Amino acid sequence: MTTDDRILISHGSGGKKSQELTERIFLKYFNDPALLLMNDQAVMDIDAKKIAISTDTYTIDPIFFPGGNIGSLSVHGTVNDVAMSGATPVAMSAGFILEEGLMLSDLEKIAESMSVAAGEAGVRIVTADTKVVARGAADRIFINTTGIGILDGKTNISGQAAKIGDRVILSGTIGDHGIAIASSREGIEFSTPVVSDSASLNYLVQTLLEAVPEGVHVMRDPTRGGLATVLNEIASQSSVGILIEEAKIPLKEAVIGACELFGFDPLYLANEGKMVAFVRESDAEQALEALKSHPLGRDAMIIGEVVDNHPSKVVLATLMGGRRLVDRLTGDMLPRIC
Amino acid sequence: MKYLSEFRDPDAAKALHKNIELAASKLSEPVKIMEICGSHTVSIFKAGIKSLLPSNVTLVSGPGCPVCVTAMEDMDRMIALSGMAQEKNLTIATFGDMVRVPGSFTSLEKERAKGADVRVTASPLDALRWAQQNPDREVTFLGVGFETTSPTIAATVARAKDDNISNFSVYPAFKLLPPALAALLNSDDVAIDAFICPGHVSVMLGADTYRPVAAKYGKPCVIAGFEPLDIMLGISVALNLLVNKQHEVYNTYKRAVTDEGNRTAMDLLMKIFRPVDAPWRGLGYIPDSGLDFRDSYAEFNAITRYGLSEVETGSDPPGCACGDVLRGVMDPPQCHLFGNECNPESPIGSCMVSSEGSCAAWYRYSE
Repeated sequence: MTTDDRILISHGSGGKKSQELTERIFLKYFNDPALLLMNDQAVMDIDAKKIAISTDTYTIDPIFFPGGNIGSLSVHGTVNDVAMSGATPVAMSAGFILEEGLMLSDLEKIAESMSVAAGEAGVRIVTADTKVVARGAADRIFINTTGIGILDGKTNISGQAAKIGDRVILSGTIGDHGIAIASSREGIEFSTPVVSDSASLNYLVQTLLEAVPEGVHVMRDPTRGGLATVLNEIASQSSVGILIEEAKIPLKEAVIGACELFGFDPLYLANEGKMVAFVRESDAEQALEALKSHPLGRDAMIIGEVVDNHPSKVVLATLMGGRRLVDRLTGDMLPRIC
Repeated sequence: MKYLSEFRDPDAAKALHKNIELAASKLSEPVKIMEICGSHTVSIFKAGIKSLLPSNVTLVSGPGCPVCVTAMEDMDRMIALSGMAQEKNLTIATFGDMVRVPGSFTSLEKERAKGADVRVTASPLDALRWAQQNPDREVTFLGVGFETTSPTIAATVARAKDDNISNFSVYPAFKLLPPALAALLNSDDVAIDAFICPGHVSVMLGADTYRPVAAKYGKPCVIAGFEPLDIMLGISVALNLLVNKQHEVYNTYKRAVTDEGNRTAMDLLMKIFRPVDAPWRGLGYIPDSGLDFRDSYAEFNAITRYGLSEVETGSDPPGCACGDVLRGVMDPPQCHLFGNECNPESPIGSCMVSSEGSCAAWYRYSE
């Protein structure tokens, strides 16, 4: 970076450029040990209670999309980031940046769906803030949230904890959210409409952890940057190799078709209601059954495993019988996806 | 027929893999097959086909990625145009991959962050619509691409003329494939035994285009589609032609490619544009391999409209081997910049920028 470098759209992709920005600017000044673990949430001991905290900002365009809106998404995303540590999400904040001219009726719909989503997830929205900026200084509505969850003290789930032999379980089809957004943005309708998978996963996580309390090493939700990005993050955080099988990755037919149309690779498409879990081999089948017993996990599959070669890299065994690297996302496939 | 499942069927892949191994076992010498098209390159890597090839069969990528072959002088002029965008009230419309290609001094991406109105679109008609909707602005479309893309841009220019839309222009940096193939085969250091010919370009040009090449240079030319099985079939056919010493054109993509091609599209293209000598990244000037506006459409030429031939241009970055990569004489990892100074995050050469570029595909997909 030189002194006249500027923020590029690709700095927000969730891929390599985002990582570079984080390392060059934020980690230079924010260096708390909880933050340096680079998980989607921080876990802190407060008065002997383990607390998980996560913050996120939502800028999605369009603000209303098939399967949800920016409000429900902000609750689901926050709940999921907290839940991926194994914590039970209990409360969240909501900060709104509103552009002059936003329809009040739209804001009300958004607030209502936040209330519904929070109720469904059993999370209280306990504090909120509003700022209004002049027309053009923001695009209609941006929402920032912070979520808090409580850990029971036994779970030790983290991106650093993947072990060789772990099975990689994906909770369902990928790419639904990305395609729902891309097609609604482009005004393209498919004969089978693709709806965002936006949903709170805390009860799915609970079901999983009750079934295999000791067996889960890593959980993460493959949002921006998709499955490929999340697997790469975990491979490098845990310094292990990950091998996944193309044939095992659940995909809706409409998503496959739309990916061809848009030129997207589903491995990099955003999801807002899916998780990957790294589970020790002996517990994998039981974990899979538990996930499949829950409506949000009924399409769950074991898609691969942690291997003792190619450390920090993700490799795909292709449908054609070959192999290839799955790299991190480069550039911006679809900005403002969440 | 379900294209997406049937053309990716694992059992059919196994059978084709066996065919490839059988044909390869009959070869007297190792062979090098060039897939010309960037979309083929990506499909080959994504499906892991390279990892399935016997050791005596090598696939190399050719000069078929439009962004990759765009010469530095054209890049510099297009970026210079974006530098004038704010002052001239100008919108630049472009295919996405062009945005990140570094010029000698800056890039479209960096000019955009400084305030230039650079918009990505998949269709030149979007650009024409922007021009229509904003009569107080100028809109320039960056015209890159082969015979696949250029006819739609020609059609857009024709419509602009019919509808009297004068605030629209096109930077013509188009490329024609057949002259490049001839140039490649005429160069001494290129040793290609057979070609996998592009699918989309062949839809336009027709299979007959390759017959003179196959006959004159004695190289089998196999036209293939883009699905993984299409490509495996193409490789298998090319190997069998090599084994039998048959130097002919074989069309395995008959569901899309005819012998004569799309004459309507090609006639329209040649109505608006005329072939001219053109610069290619790494290949230099190739006779009659580019397109310029015919006089009756010259008013739409962004180069003359904005005096871009006067702009200072640089040369290819030092150490960058895109030229050798595009000619198939070097694999990307052999370039000493590859993966070090040059990576998809901070690309030096165009082949690392474009999603269809050979360097980017190696970097992204190769173990």
